[in-house]
Amino acid sequence: MSTVVIVGASVGGIKTAQALRLEGFSGEIVLIDSESVAAYDKPPLSKAYLKHGAVSDEIALMTQDEIDGLDARFERGSAAQSLDVTSRTVTLESGKVVPYDTLVIATGSRARRSPWGEGPGMHVLRTSADAERLRSELAPGRRLLIVGAGFIGAEVAATALAHGVHVTMVDPLPAPMSRVLNEDVGNIFAAKHRREGIETVFGHTVATVERDSEGFVVELSNGDTLRADGVLVGIGAIVNTEWLEDSGLVLENGVMCGPGLHALGADDIFAVGDVARWKSNARDEVLRLEHWTNAVDQAKTVAHNIVHPDDLVDYETVEYVWSDQYDWKIQVVGRTGSSDFQLLGDPAADRFAVLYSAEDGSLMGAVVVNWPRALVSSRRAVASRRSASELGVELNATLGTAPASPQR
Amino acid sequence: MATIKADLGACQGYANCVVGAEDYFDIDDDGVVVTLKAEVPDADRKRVEEAARSCPVSALMVLD
Repeated sequence: MSTVVIVGASVGGIKTAQALRLEGFSGEIVLIDSESVAAYDKPPLSKAYLKHGAVSDEIALMTQDEIDGLDARFERGSAAQSLDVTSRTVTLESGKVVPYDTLVIATGSRARRSPWGEGPGMHVLRTSADAERLRSELAPGRRLLIVGAGFIGAEVAATALAHGVHVTMVDPLPAPMSRVLNEDVGNIFAAKHRREGIETVFGHTVATVERDSEGFVVELSNGDTLRADGVLVGIGAIVNTEWLEDSGLVLENGVMCGPGLHALGADDIFAVGDVARWKSNARDEVLRLEHWTNAVDQAKTVAHNIVHPDDLVDYETVEYVWSDQYDWKIQVVGRTGSSDFQLLGDPAADRFAVLYSAEDGSLMGAVVVNWPRALVSSRRAVASRRSASELGVELNATLGTAPASPQR
Repeated sequence: MATIKADLGACQGYANCVVGAEDYFDIDDDGVVVTLKAEVPDADRKRVEEAARSCPVSALMVLD
């Protein structure tokens, strides 16, 4: 009976194990994870978990029934330290050697560390321990500086504000998420932050962060100085591939994989989730995505390809990621950010969508806020390469408004 | 035959289920899942279960 070893028991690893059983895999499954706590889900950490606290059950990736039904062996509390592809073994930091027939690399990514050191009041947010630590400091009247206006920064800003915290957000880009959404659309989100009561400093960087007896003194590149009791640094993630450096696998900011998520040159090794960089045949490009839904979808493909080596399938996807900020449920579909876009609905009325067109006029991506019908239609339309303007007319009709004017 | 159980209170309208099995799931105008068929024949079981598993808030279950 063969053994599948999965390194990393976050969403990518757990969903791969579940998908293997659904595919009928009856061999042994071993899940290795550096964290000693049961597998938990990360998206809530910057949202509900940070807001209310939560018992761990609420962010568990599996119920007890599902854990029992999975029939997997967990190796927790010791990270994988090295991989030997010849002897087919993973060595853990504890010294334990775990043999495999098939290996799935799902070690994910970690928060990029603060450039201003660690210690009290200095935060990143990636793990449940990070979230607990940050939540303990969110109290009315405190001052939190958020560096980085991406998803993590913006979600923490909204949650901290709800705790009565005074929040200042700094980002070197001219508008939040403008690299992903473009600057005009990013400005819609900037306006929302300001409307809610966040101090925003966009287009400037943090020059220095000094500690004194009362907290942090922060100097910005525009010459302003401000004080903060805490700092949250949300400046992206780094893939966890250090343990693979001597393995011989091809690493290029991720594990390089073929179209079916095999590690290049290794038929018995796959990667899923943040750590997987793969060549998409359909799109003729190399991609790596740090999205929950991507990890889940990749897990399905990997499980299929492990169980059906004679019927290998390519992994293809339409990007999908969501974010909850204030009363906005934000959903981003496909590839966004092109300069050819139309705005439907009214951001000030808290319901709108932005449709991004490809050169041929088809919908290549969308950002949708508080508009379920537009989300479902956009996800279908990106997959089928439907005309963006046609979808715009249809959605506008359901909104009961005049057609939106093209933005440019 | 297996059946679908949807937790309408938990559903947040992410629509992963619709993408996974649009003949079984839709999202209404309030952003809540609509189950189009309650019963799942064996031939569809894996696909529907995968769609249910893709729910970010575990609002869907396929039960025997």
